[in-house]
Amino acid sequence: MKVALETNQLIALAMKQIEPHVVAAYPITPSTEVVQEFSQYVANGDVKTEFVPVESEHSAMSACLAASLSGARVMTATASQGLAFMWEMLHIAAASRAPIVTIVANRALSAPINIHGDHADAMGARDTGWLQLWAETAQEAYDNTIQAIKIAEDPRVRFPMLVNYDGFTTSHAVETVEILEDEQVRSFLGAAPKPKYSLLDTENPASFGVLALQDYYMEFRRAQAEAYKNVKDVVLEVAEDYAKLTGRKYGILEEYRLDDADVVLVAMNSAAGTAKETVDYLRKQGKKVGVLKIRLFRPFPVEEIRCALGNAKSVVVMDRAYTYGGPSGPLFEEIATALVNETNKPLLGNVIAGLGGRDITMEDIEHVFDLGFKALEKGNFEPLVSWVGVRE
Amino acid sequence: MLLEIRWHGRAGQGVKTAAYLLAEAAMDTGKYIQAFPEYGAERSGAPIAAFTRIGDEPIRIHYGIRTPDVVVVVDESLIGAMDVTSGLKENGILLVNSNQSPEIYRQKLPSFHGKIATVDATQIALDCIGRPIPNIPIMGALIKASGIVSLEDLEPRLRHKFSAKFSEQVVEGNVKALKRGYEEVKIL
Repeated sequence: MKVALETNQLIALAMKQIEPHVVAAYPITPSTEVVQEFSQYVANGDVKTEFVPVESEHSAMSACLAASLSGARVMTATASQGLAFMWEMLHIAAASRAPIVTIVANRALSAPINIHGDHADAMGARDTGWLQLWAETAQEAYDNTIQAIKIAEDPRVRFPMLVNYDGFTTSHAVETVEILEDEQVRSFLGAAPKPKYSLLDTENPASFGVLALQDYYMEFRRAQAEAYKNVKDVVLEVAEDYAKLTGRKYGILEEYRLDDADVVLVAMNSAAGTAKETVDYLRKQGKKVGVLKIRLFRPFPVEEIRCALGNAKSVVVMDRAYTYGGPSGPLFEEIATALVNETNKPLLGNVIAGLGGRDITMEDIEHVFDLGFKALEKGNFEPLVSWVGVRE
Repeated sequence: MLLEIRWHGRAGQGVKTAAYLLAEAAMDTGKYIQAFPEYGAERSGAPIAAFTRIGDEPIRIHYGIRTPDVVVVVDESLIGAMDVTSGLKENGILLVNSNQSPEIYRQKLPSFHGKIATVDATQIALDCIGRPIPNIPIMGALIKASGIVSLEDLEPRLRHKFSAKFSEQVVEGNVKALKRGYEEVKIL
């Protein structure tokens, strides 16, 4: 069925279809309408979800953690400063292997105060151990929300997952979206798999939140680092099952006209769509350009990225966030690390664009491709990092 | 084929609702759509813009409309305060909520050669729903001036959207306002 809903409402509808056991959330700014809309489904008796309105995002994630460790299917939603306020608990949720799914309409961090699209919130969570999916469109945000539950809860995974889509640009836009029937969503997901150890299983008591000092902490963390190796296979399996149900195919990355592309732009979320349109426009002028869109950002798909960028001569990575005081934007750092030991690697440059909801237009993206071609002429990106669409 | 409509109004005039409603009606006719508002500081009376894109193919670009095919000015007082025709295509359409004739706007905007239309949407709203919310009557004028969707396509969507929120009286008032806007628009 085709619907036209604001993406936040659409995601609340997806949550209604998923009908998690528990949603704990702080329901006002900086959160989004997702929680507000979902709480109406709860109030109207459309879902049997236990809705826990809490006094802060820190408490929201604490409540989600306990519920998840008891074996419940758990979701929450936040954005911006709200995700930042969860930061401490995000680490604990990931290391405790609690498969919570958190919806994030990616928005800027203060100061100055800003409510618009920006990736700083999710990038601030990139070292917490959470898995991350990113979405170009409302359709992808909907599809990723459903798939995230199945990925996170898979016994081979059992990590929490962020489902990202751009604040305002996507979250407050209406687009044509195909949705599933409630029953299709529920049968696709099935019951939440029982965890090996449950907080509420009094027959088999276990300790949670244990102490591990210099004697064992590092072994815990080494084991955790290893566990991410299973995730990509599960992401692909779930995508395949989802394609059978919907006809919509997802991968780890999306490669757009990369085969013979000399200059490739790497982007995430809504800017990837604008970039594809720009690629078609520039291709008509004979320019060999392409787009690599990252769908799975955590775990970072190093081998897939090496493979996708194998033929490129010049790669421009677009970051909608910045590492202040650091060498570049965060996505660039990761792409550069993925390619560091490759022989015949492309020239690599970084652009910072779209902070705080600044539009990223086709003209901006054309300019970014120009930077890629200029680097080819000069033999290097100079400077390494360029800010696009900014008054200086 | 991609059609881009930019709306200018003030917060509280139903600009976002209109931008969405047009998109929804176009979706019902099989088109791909995208609609979104441009939010600034949220306060009643502040200038706001909204955007509607309607296409035969999935819409991939995601940013505010810079070169619209149609500009709808829901609040006449914005003209002069800002350049509402910025980027408007030469063969495009400018529709203004005004009790003035389109000839007056032709004189005011000598460099614009497209179609100019006016409708007294605020008066129609006052007559039909008793409140100065001009979004629906100007919608009637828009679909007449542009042919984006037909009145028959739009009316059921309007009824569907508004009956979820408003009384039957308000819904019927808006349907009447839609039709009056459609009939009373002056196009030059």
